[in-house]
Amino acid sequence: MPTPVYLDNNATTRCDPAVVEAMLPYFTEQFGNPSSMHAFGASVGGAVKQARAGLAALLGAEHDHEIVFTSGGTESDNTAILSALEAAPDRDEIVTSAVEHPAVLALLSHLEKTRGIRVHVIPVDGQGLLDLEAYRAALSQKTAVVSIMWANNETGTIFPVAELAEMAKAVGAVFHTDAVQAVGKIPIDLKSTAIDLLSLSGHKLHGPKGIGALYVRRGSRFRSLLKGGHQERGRRAGTENTPGIVGLGKAAELALLHMDDEVTRVAALRDRLEKGLLQRIPNCFVTGNPRERLPNTANIAFEFIEGEGILLLLNRAGIAASSGSACTSGSLEPSHVLRAMKIPYTAAHGAIRFSFSRDNTDADVDRVLEVMPGIAEKLRALSPFWKGAGEAPAAFAPVYA
Amino acid sequence: MWDYTDKVKDYFFDPVNAGVLETANAVGEVGAIACGDALKLMLRIDPETEVIEAAKFQTFGCGSAIASSSALTELILGKTIREALSISNQDIADFLGGLPPEKMHCSVMGWEALQAAVANFRGETWNDDHVEGELVCKCFGVDAGQIERAVRANRLTRVEEVTNYTKAGGGCLTCFEKIEAVLAEINAAMVAEGLLAAAEAYRVGSVDPKSLKQKARPKAAAPQPIELKPVSEIVVAKPAPAPIAVGGDVAVLEKPVAATRMTTVQKIRLIEATLDEIRPFLKRDGGDCELVDVDGNTVVVELTGACVGCQMASLTVGGVQEKLIAATGLPLRVIPVK
Ligand SMILES: Cc1ncc(COP(=O)(O)O)c(C=O)c1O
Repeated sequence: MPTPVYLDNNATTRCDPAVVEAMLPYFTEQFGNPSSMHAFGASVGGAVKQARAGLAALLGAEHDHEIVFTSGGTESDNTAILSALEAAPDRDEIVTSAVEHPAVLALLSHLEKTRGIRVHVIPVDGQGLLDLEAYRAALSQKTAVVSIMWANNETGTIFPVAELAEMAKAVGAVFHTDAVQAVGKIPIDLKSTAIDLLSLSGHKLHGPKGIGALYVRRGSRFRSLLKGGHQERGRRAGTENTPGIVGLGKAAELALLHMDDEVTRVAALRDRLEKGLLQRIPNCFVTGNPRERLPNTANIAFEFIEGEGILLLLNRAGIAASSGSACTSGSLEPSHVLRAMKIPYTAAHGAIRFSFSRDNTDADVDRVLEVMPGIAEKLRALSPFWKGAGEAPAAFAPVYA
Repeated sequence: MWDYTDKVKDYFFDPVNAGVLETANAVGEVGAIACGDALKLMLRIDPETEVIEAAKFQTFGCGSAIASSSALTELILGKTIREALSISNQDIADFLGGLPPEKMHCSVMGWEALQAAVANFRGETWNDDHVEGELVCKCFGVDAGQIERAVRANRLTRVEEVTNYTKAGGGCLTCFEKIEAVLAEINAAMVAEGLLAAAEAYRVGSVDPKSLKQKARPKAAAPQPIELKPVSEIVVAKPAPAPIAVGGDVAVLEKPVAATRMTTVQKIRLIEATLDEIRPFLKRDGGDCELVDVDGNTVVVELTGACVGCQMASLTVGGVQEKLIAATGLPLRVIPVK
C-alpha cells in the first residue's frame, strides 16, 4: 500500500502534534476549573487567556475579549444569527447567499418556517461570484442580519466580505461571516473591517474537533444562545472546554507562522495539480472563481462520470478527496453550491474537491496525477454517456428523465 | 464512507460484463444524468428459446449502481426471459450481500432496466411509474414515492398503516415526523381530488409517536420467553412483509415478489437448527438465545439468562449473526429484543 495522500483538508485537518502536546496537560494535572478561586483554577485561567490572545492575533481583532469560545463552526453560526435577530426586535429580514454551509442555510429555513422571518438568498453566477446588485437591493432598514461566508467550503471562492460588511453597516444591519474555511488559510484583519460577527472552527486549522469561536465586535448587542453560568463574560454558558481552547490557541499561533507557506507553496501545489489534471484528462474543468479563492482548494468537475465511483477508486489508490455528488451524501441531488452556480448535471455529479494543507507535498500531487487519468478512463468506459474526448454526450433515450 | 460489502466492492472495482454489446437485440435504458444514475442494459436473446445468451451494461452512477448492474447481468445470463423476470431488486441486493438502505434504489434501477430491455425485445415500451422521492425510513430504505403509492392504492390514513404496508417506521421510528408529513400531504391531495373525505385525512400532530412505538414493537415491552414450538404459528402471527399479506388489491405497490430460493418456513427451520448448534456454547456461560421472529432478513432473538444485560450481549448477537449468515448464505441481521 502506498503512503496515504490526504487531500480532504476542507473536511477536516490533522491535529498538529504540537497542538496535541499543548493540550495534554489540561487533561491531567491542569484539570482545574478556570472559574475557581484556588490555584488549580488560576493557572488554567491563564492558559485560556493566552489562547484567546493567540486567536485574536490570527484574526487581527482589536481586543482579546472579542473572542468567545464555542463548540465549533455550527454553534458559532447559530449563535451569531439568533443573537443578531433577537437584539433587533424591529427588524425581521435576513440576507444570505445561496452557497452557505448548512449550518447557516438550515437555520435560516427553520426561522423562515417557524418565525416568519423573510430570508433573501442572494444568487451567484457560474463562477460562484455573488450578485452584488441583488445584494444591494435586498438590504434595507428591515435587515436584522446579513450572513455571508468568507470563503466557500466546496469551491474555495472568496466573497468580498469587507465591502459587503460596509454595505450592511450603511443600513444598520449586523454583518456576520462564516469564516470557517478562511481562518488560517488567508490573512485576516478584522479591526480594519466593519464585520461584526465571525465564526471559525478549530478542526479546519489543524486544531482539535469540537472547539471553535465566535468573534463579537466590541460594542455589539449580543444575546447568548446557551443560558447558564457566567462563562465567557456571560456570552457562552458552560464550563470551558479548556484542553480544546488551549489547542485552538496553539493552532492559531501555528497558522500565523505558516501563513506564508499556505499562500505560496500550498497554492503552488494546488495549481500544479489543477494544470496537470486538465492537461491529462479530457472533458474536465475547474469550478469556482479562479482569481479570488482559497490557496488550498481545487474543485474539478469530470464530465459524464459520477463522483462516488471516482472517490472509491481514489481511495483504493490511497488518496482521500471528497465530492459534491448526490450519491456520497445519500440524497439524490448534487451539491447545492454547484447547482447554485448552474454547473450542468453532466459535470456536477462528477465534481471532486481536492483540498490541501501545509502537510501536503509535491509527492502527493504526483500521486494524484499518476492515478486520476486511469480512473476517469475506467469510469468513462463504463458510462453510457461517454462518446470520446471532446464529443457531445452519447444519445441516450431513457424511459424516464 | 458507505458500508459496502466486499462483494459490492468487488463488482464495482472489477465489474463483469461491462461495455457495449454490438449484437444486442434487446436494450433497456433507464435513469438520467440529472438524477445521478443511469443504466443501459444490452441483451442478446435467442428469439426461439428466449434464453438470454449475452448481457452487457453501461452505467453512470455510484459504486453500488455499477455493482448492481454487473450483478444483474450475472443473475440473468443463461436464463429464459420468464425466469429472468422473476428476479426482484431484492435478489440483486442479496446477490451482493446486501446494500445500504440509501442505495437500494440502485438495485431497483437494475430491475427496471431489465423490464425495459424485455419490453424493447417484444417491441413494446415499458412505462415506469417510478418516482424516486426523498428517503424517509433509513432502517428499511423506504422512500416517499413508495409511501405515496401505498397510501393512494390503499387509502391509508394512519401512520401505523403506512408502517404495515411499507415497513417505513418499523425500526427506530426517528422518521416518524417525516412519515407524518408525507402522509398528511398525500391525504390532503386525495381530499382535493375527491378520493378521500376531509374528516378521514391524517392531520400532522394528531398522534403521539410514543404510543406508536409500543404498537410497532409489541415484543419489546414484554420480555417473556416465547414458545418456539409451532414454527408456522410464528409466521402467521406476525403481520408479514406488509404489502403482500394485506390482500389481493395491492398490486400497485409491488415490484415482483422475490423469487426466493428458500421459503420462509425453510429459512426459519434453518435458523432454528443453527441456533440449536450454538445453544450449548451459550448455555455453558449460563445464557440462552431464543428465536422470536423472522421478518425478511431481520432475525429477532431474545437473549436470556446470563446473556441479559451482560456486557457480552452485543458480542453474542454479533456472533449469532455471523453463524446464521454462514449457515444460510443470506444477509441476515440479528436484533435482540429486551
Ligand atoms: C463553511 C463551513 N461552515 C461551518 C462548518 C461547520 O463547522 P463545525 O464542523 O465546526 O461545526 C463547516 C465545516 O464543515 C464549514 O465548512
